[in-house]
Amino acid sequence: MGSKANKKASKKADLNAVSNVSPQPSQEEMLALYKDMLLIRRFEEKAGQLYGMGLIGGFCHLYIGQEAVVTGIQSVQEPQDTVVTTYRDHGHMLAQGMSANGVMAELTGREGGYSRGKGGSMHMFSEEKGFFGGHGIVGASTAIGTGLAFAHKYKEDGGVAVAYMGDGSANQGQVAECYNMAALWKLPVLYVIENNQYAMGTSNARHAAGQLYARGAGYGIPGEQVDGMDVFAVQAAARQALDYVRSGDGPYILEVMTYRYRGHSMSDPAKYREKSEVDDMKSNRDPIDAIKEAMKEAYDVKDEDLKAIDKEIKAIVKESAEFAQESPELAPEELWTDVLVEVE
Amino acid sequence: MTIQVLMPALSPTMTEGNLARWVKKEGDTVESGDVIAEIETDKATMEVESVDEGVIGKILIEEGAQNVSVNTPIAVLLEDGESADDIQADSGNNAHAGNIPCAPVSDPADAPSATMSTEIAAQPAGAVVENRDILYAQGTVIEPPPFDEATFMAEGTVEQTVREALRDAMAEEMRNDDTVHILGEEVAEYNGAYKVTQGLLDEFGDKRVIDTPITEHGFAGMAVGAAFNGLKPIVEFMTMNFAMQAIDHIINSAAKTLYMAGGQLGCPIVFRGPNGAASRVGAQHSQCFASWYAHVPGLKVVSPWSAADAKGLMKAAIRDPNPVVILENEIMYGQSFDVPTDPEYVIPIGRAKIEREGSDVTIVAFSIMVGKALEAAEKLAEQGIDAEVINLRTIRPLDRYTILESVKKTNRIVCCEEGWPFAGIGAEIAALIGEHAFDYLDAPLKRVCASDVPLPYAANLEALALPQTDEIVHAAKEVCYQ
Repeated sequence: MGSKANKKASKKADLNAVSNVSPQPSQEEMLALYKDMLLIRRFEEKAGQLYGMGLIGGFCHLYIGQEAVVTGIQSVQEPQDTVVTTYRDHGHMLAQGMSANGVMAELTGREGGYSRGKGGSMHMFSEEKGFFGGHGIVGASTAIGTGLAFAHKYKEDGGVAVAYMGDGSANQGQVAECYNMAALWKLPVLYVIENNQYAMGTSNARHAAGQLYARGAGYGIPGEQVDGMDVFAVQAAARQALDYVRSGDGPYILEVMTYRYRGHSMSDPAKYREKSEVDDMKSNRDPIDAIKEAMKEAYDVKDEDLKAIDKEIKAIVKESAEFAQESPELAPEELWTDVLVEVE
Repeated sequence: MTIQVLMPALSPTMTEGNLARWVKKEGDTVESGDVIAEIETDKATMEVESVDEGVIGKILIEEGAQNVSVNTPIAVLLEDGESADDIQADSGNNAHAGNIPCAPVSDPADAPSATMSTEIAAQPAGAVVENRDILYAQGTVIEPPPFDEATFMAEGTVEQTVREALRDAMAEEMRNDDTVHILGEEVAEYNGAYKVTQGLLDEFGDKRVIDTPITEHGFAGMAVGAAFNGLKPIVEFMTMNFAMQAIDHIINSAAKTLYMAGGQLGCPIVFRGPNGAASRVGAQHSQCFASWYAHVPGLKVVSPWSAADAKGLMKAAIRDPNPVVILENEIMYGQSFDVPTDPEYVIPIGRAKIEREGSDVTIVAFSIMVGKALEAAEKLAEQGIDAEVINLRTIRPLDRYTILESVKKTNRIVCCEEGWPFAGIGAEIAALIGEHAFDYLDAPLKRVCASDVPLPYAANLEALALPQTDEIVHAAKEVCYQ
């Protein structure tokens, strides 16, 4: 794949450019993207609220600010594709079509949750929706995603595995190990580095040498940096990347430049960055504001139309919060179930 | 003085080999570095180079000779000015080794070399129990799953090495289920670093028998992902020591996911490889991981001793819908036993085997220590002590029932393992006995373990550090107050 890969391996995004994607998405497509992103935003805000009320415990990593990444990529996946990610996973599950009720009830640790309350924020799965977690060990999602891809190839089912990681994960040894194997065996895996600029509290400049999208170059894996605050740019890059991977050419790395508005987790005061930096991103680069403007401009979408969507989303989230509080806790005897698949 | 060329040890555990071919013949002149013969070990065919210069005076072991012990003189080399007549004069002299210096290898008598008897001690009948795993987790003592080993043995057996039995079990399951595949370092083209996967590439091709880079963390995690997505991987670690690189995925990704997913996503996978000490390979290549993996809910852990164990447990592991760790033993790979020929000889995980019935003391062991325990039992019998030997076969879930029933009968117990004592399997069994059979004990429990030090390289110290037959004999006599 030599020249094709090498040409792509040095593609760096101009993060200040306005996306100029052709063909322009239809009004329906834009509305769908808007709706998906808004659901994640509102869901996460509600989760933050429930956390503050003590209804959600433990670690809770919110996705607010990063919505365009998973929404853009998911919008161009095929049904047989599989997804695996890290612990910042609520958005990925919603994008994969998992129900807000099931995700929220898992956050409250109730029976109606995807893992019946046994997994929590970081550990949810849905084989039916092709979502394989939800992994709490930084870097693990890349190896598991490589394995999902191995199985796609083995079964010849035409699927691609989308393996998400953060910029922090990108430094793990197993990521390099997986790049090597995936390139060697031409596995159908799209590695997505969600670069939200901070590995917990350590900025890119302090934790990563070189460019993350270029780290596959030595293995012949094309890499590309994309503006992750622009859902159209993400969508266009993902479409191209998925085509490449699905055609049997092997893995592809998308480094998606994004930003999380909240701390690393609920307990993080985020003192390692200036408030002005956060405010600037919120005011000038917000992915949901951006698509709103784009829709108004391209299709003359009215505020009333958007308000109706907002209302619909609010209702879904409200219902999920109610469901998550009403769903019963597991019976005490469930402590002992699900350790092993019973054989006899 | 003529030089004797000795049968070389070409691997840490080699005790004998076949003289496949002489490359040089009597009268040939050789220089150091010349290939003089080809030796077939149980793992590979290797060339033997001459260390010294001279003329091959006499070939002592003919081409094609089988099972030539390491250090047996195979030829005599004449130096300048010597003739064949000098050979006679030198015979009986302790000439220096004329080839690769040989490490003292483990005494073949350390483990039963002959095929073990097919006679079977009486075993608990076992019982089908609903929610077995839950009861086990709650600490309940449950009868093991039913299994009629005697009938399998009576219906026909074949003599096999442990290595062959492991391979055949994998091949049979790969024929039955095309989602089963094996990956690891050197498993395909090299036919296995220890030749356990010999022939699998030829039969199943490179889609299902996959050489990986040396990248344990990565390929173990990758295999877990493949298991999530509908495949049944067998992950070979060249040795279990290297699996420490991968233990995060074995535990965090494979063992815990079913629970974290509320029961909806399982991980059918086998992690296997040689465990424990081999011979003179030093501290980093000689650790027993039984207690590490046995500690973890969500994993099953088996550790075969005989070839029959290997066959039946490997098949059970591959068929099991849960992650299973198989702790093999390099020294056992070459040893032969009778193995039932029935392809449905699948040993239930969680069931121990009483290898020898006895009434005076219970000796519990697993893996290579079973052979030492049986040897100890023979020695004890000569001294009037009738020992019962239990081969655990499965470490987790431990067959508590069989151990406890035995102790209730003998009132004395010795636990043997090649691992370290602290928080080891013996410590777990001690707790089991303390909790469930305290009143039955006529003497405090004894453990025979590796010394609590990293395994030394020096032959004398290594022998001291590893648990030996005589220590089992000694411990058994102590608990019998003899």
